[in-house]
Amino acid sequence: MTKDELITKLKAIIAPYVQDEEAFKKLSEDTDFVKDLKINSANLVDIILDIEDEFDIRLENEDMEKMLDVKSAMAIVNAKLEA
Amino acid sequence: MKQRVVITGLGVVAPNGVGITKFTEALKTGKSGITFHQNLKDLNFSCQIGGIPKISEELTAAYFTELQLRGLNSSGILYGCIAGIDAWKDAGFEMNPESTLDYDTGLVFGTGTSGVEKFREAIYKLDEGNVRRLGSTVVLQTMASGISAYLSGMLGFGNQVTTNSSACTTGTEALLMGFDRIQNGKAKRMLVGSCSDHGPYVWGGFDAMRVMTYKYNNNPEEGSRPMSASASGFVPGSGAGALVLESLESALERGAKIYAEVLGGEINSGGQRQGGTLTAPNPQAVQRCITKAIKNSGIEPEEVEVINGHLTATSKDTLEIENWSNALERSGDQFPYINSTKSLVGHCLAAAGAIECVASVIQLKHEFVAPNINCEDLHPEIETLITSARIPKQKLDLKFNVIAKASFGFGDVNACVLFKRFIA
Repeated sequence: MTKDELITKLKAIIAPYVQDEEAFKKLSEDTDFVKDLKINSANLVDIILDIEDEFDIRLENEDMEKMLDVKSAMAIVNAKLEA
Repeated sequence: MKQRVVITGLGVVAPNGVGITKFTEALKTGKSGITFHQNLKDLNFSCQIGGIPKISEELTAAYFTELQLRGLNSSGILYGCIAGIDAWKDAGFEMNPESTLDYDTGLVFGTGTSGVEKFREAIYKLDEGNVRRLGSTVVLQTMASGISAYLSGMLGFGNQVTTNSSACTTGTEALLMGFDRIQNGKAKRMLVGSCSDHGPYVWGGFDAMRVMTYKYNNNPEEGSRPMSASASGFVPGSGAGALVLESLESALERGAKIYAEVLGGEINSGGQRQGGTLTAPNPQAVQRCITKAIKNSGIEPEEVEVINGHLTATSKDTLEIENWSNALERSGDQFPYINSTKSLVGHCLAAAGAIECVASVIQLKHEFVAPNINCEDLHPEIETLITSARIPKQKLDLKFNVIAKASFGFGDVNACVLFKRFIA
């Protein structure tokens, strides 16, 4: 999967949880889920579950702790897909 | 100096009408909201009929964001939020996520149990060892105060925000708790009400107790028969009712429309003594509750013109009439008019008190007494206590000033409130 394809898929997953649409339009690898997109931190677990379903992977507690921005999410998903 | 308390907003989600306009119409025409439910039949329920409000997806979308609806599987929260938001708007306010926090407004919104369907969903996942996949809203939807949490956030309330629970007394108790708070100057406005989930997981326990009727599965609208000789158990219902209570001072200051004044009330318990049990009321406590409610309201028993009873369509209806009659010291043709909203919507359990308080206020405001359907065959023991004509079978146009509403619940708990036409 190319970087762009991955970002597109992640964008679709996080879209329902985003509270700052302007920041979402400008989404880049550096975008932080909570600080930039104002996603309620409780919803991060829902995003994790949606990512698991989309990519058919399993994310551990350690993965969740790291998955705070687009960049880390991409890295973790890629690592799982390659594993 | 105690504050006078008035009602400035109403909202309702009832099996026979969603929204105040439709519910008012249903009350006037005696429209039943009881229908047959195939899933109850499939699950081998004795009682296969019930009252479930009709809520379309379009309606839901007008109250909830897509995110709020994700994984929402608690009908009580859905009903409660719709009724609560309607009441708030009816009182002249807006639902605005950016609104300034309002420290003068609080909320007491009761329920019996919250998010039973969500809890079931969670239990299946848990038992499969999948606790990690429950998602983020199981707690919020299944905690008793889920409804208060959702609603207070949608409306931005900064005063006391809580949930009460006292079985079928819940809604009426919530109203009186909010009333106390305003009367004592601790809040200017309190959104009060209650809600109840629908469906087999809420109703099953009652079916098992054989307290719901099994005789009207083929003619659902005739099933809920309070005060009739052929009453054979209640019909389960669901939904929510909500009222905005406000200090008279605040209401006048805002130029708000005033539906009625809350004169006062009483809450007590029979302590499961003197004939009271977990499921049956102690008659002395019920009578005391009514008597004290009237006294607290500063009126005399003969001023009560209409009663909206608890009257569920079980064998206890006669006892309730006897209790009212003894408490008011009125019988025969001197007894007030009395009806049971449950003949139209069934027994909405934790939501009953709130839906029926809303019904009481509507009848007072719109000057009628709603028909009590399905009691053409009035119970003979009731007829020895009060004249049949005091139980309207058709809509009765009547301008009256005072209506009493009472609710009684499992655990032997009682609540009674008096509403009066607002006269400045």
